[in-house]
Amino acid sequence: MSMLRVLKIVFAVAAMTFLLAPLVAILPLAFTSSVFLNYPVPGYSTRWFAELFTADVWRRAIINSLVIGLGVTVLATVLGTLAAVGLRERRLPFSGVLRTAFLLPMVVPAVVLGVGMQLLFVRMGLANSYLGVIFAHSVIAVPFVFVNVSAALQGVDTRVERAAASLGASPITTFRRVTLPLATPGIVSGAVFAFATSLDEVILTLFVAGPNQRTLARQMFSTIRENISPAIAAAAFLFIVGTILAATIVMLVRWKSAQRRAA
Amino acid sequence: MTQPYIRFDKVTKAYGDFIVVEDLYLDIAKGEFVSLLGPSGSGKTTILMMLAGFEPPTRGAVIVDEKRIDQLPPHRRNMGVVFQSYALFPHMTVADNVAFPLEMRGVPKANRKQLVDRALDMVQLGTMADRKPSQLSGGQQQRVALARALVFEPAVVLMDEPLGALDKQLREQMQLDIRDLHKRLGLTIIFVTHDQSEALTMSDRIAVFNKGRIEQIGTPNEIYDHPTTRFVADFIGETNLLDGAIETSDANGLIVALPGNKRIRVAAGSGEATGAAVTVSLRPEKIRLNSDAGSENSLPVTILDSVYHGDHLRMVLDAQGTRLIAKADRRFGDLQPGSKAIASFDAADCWLVRS
Repeated sequence: MSMLRVLKIVFAVAAMTFLLAPLVAILPLAFTSSVFLNYPVPGYSTRWFAELFTADVWRRAIINSLVIGLGVTVLATVLGTLAAVGLRERRLPFSGVLRTAFLLPMVVPAVVLGVGMQLLFVRMGLANSYLGVIFAHSVIAVPFVFVNVSAALQGVDTRVERAAASLGASPITTFRRVTLPLATPGIVSGAVFAFATSLDEVILTLFVAGPNQRTLARQMFSTIRENISPAIAAAAFLFIVGTILAATIVMLVRWKSAQRRAA
Repeated sequence: MTQPYIRFDKVTKAYGDFIVVEDLYLDIAKGEFVSLLGPSGSGKTTILMMLAGFEPPTRGAVIVDEKRIDQLPPHRRNMGVVFQSYALFPHMTVADNVAFPLEMRGVPKANRKQLVDRALDMVQLGTMADRKPSQLSGGQQQRVALARALVFEPAVVLMDEPLGALDKQLREQMQLDIRDLHKRLGLTIIFVTHDQSEALTMSDRIAVFNKGRIEQIGTPNEIYDHPTTRFVADFIGETNLLDGAIETSDANGLIVALPGNKRIRVAAGSGEATGAAVTVSLRPEKIRLNSDAGSENSLPVTILDSVYHGDHLRMVLDAQGTRLIAKADRRFGDLQPGSKAIASFDAADCWLVRS
């Protein structure tokens, strides 16, 4: 084995350790029987999961996260898909500028967005409401949908759409019967990303959500300041499992569509 | 020609300053099989796309059945289009692909099945109805595309290099199949290709395109035997193009002087002034090799190269400074490079072309 090969393996292991170590570190603590979030773990129990699902604050936080997450998934997926479809037409004036504009929320600091949204939402009567949080999360979730759906649409052969038109399908029918089904894998992964983004969002939630819209992420954030309970680790465990599930869905969808396209 | 069914009336297509098709006049009769032949970038596909409705003409009118259609969207033109890439719907079965145009026309489900079965039988794919396109070979996919473009009995079928991606044997089989369908169903077919042999075998008429203009239009026979321009003579088949000047003309044709003090008799061609620069096209298969000199149109040559092609020999000859390609019978196989011979040909096979 050459020196370079050894170096490559060492580097790969180091990089993966760096990325995954925090996750591995927190997971055993989810099953601790102690009331403290630290090592060594004296014994194992599921008491913190029980706490998560029975204690009112945690249960509400989980439900809030799911409600808001689903709302964001629907809203962001619809908006992001429409934007991607609209900007697919290259002859549109300023399409490059618009394209960049749709991606801006990805790079603008969330703090800046949060301040602006808070001011705006108070005026509009959306502050401290579920709708407000859903709107706020959707703003940063739309770019993920937009990017995914744009990529999927790019993969749709325009000649197939032309074929549909030549066979008598109006533009709307062509879109519904041909373009949309072929772009579905991109829309699904966009939706999964939108859900994950909402689940994960803390900063915007801090700015626009009231006490009734405490999400799981925000609850974890405040808990870690107030009392460092292992319930955080249990919540983190749920997050990780959820994320792996979502990633699996995306991979399955991509794999299936790749299989379908393979000639 | 009787009343034209399809007419391009002074059609121009330009992208900005770049002219793809210029002042095109083209009439096509009902039931005719017309090939648009030309190198890539000659505008032939653009013409097809204007007819299908995917590209609006910049100027001029496209008329089908006495109605202007150039403002009509593609889905209301009732034309079957077969694309080079087949363009099947990958998420639908073969049967659903073929049923699609019927569904769009509101054909009841029960009739649809019957028509789809018949169309698939026509292209010998009756057993493949429930497969997805990705489970078929290229040739089978192309036949599905054909069935899909024909099942709704369109007035016109447009084909954009439909056989380009197939291997030679399959391509020749499909050429015969398409020709057969054309005759059986009385279809009007516009067929775009860059393959001259495909155009020659399939078409009623061929329009040869170069740089957005028709160089020549005519039957395969006219195009091959009587090319009017240098481009057509060169593009269709192989030919020898001999540049010279008219020396004299008489009732039997004219005498063209070639460089190196050679003279050849050309049977046809009148109205050309003495001294005018002309180009003579002479097909390689029309050149005979002899050992003794004839009277007219026989040139002493040196054999430069002789390549075995199975049914013939392809020879490169040097006629005192003029290079000639000849297709010779295999019995000349013992003529080695360097040996001398006499190349002769009929005046009727020499054909004047414009530059």
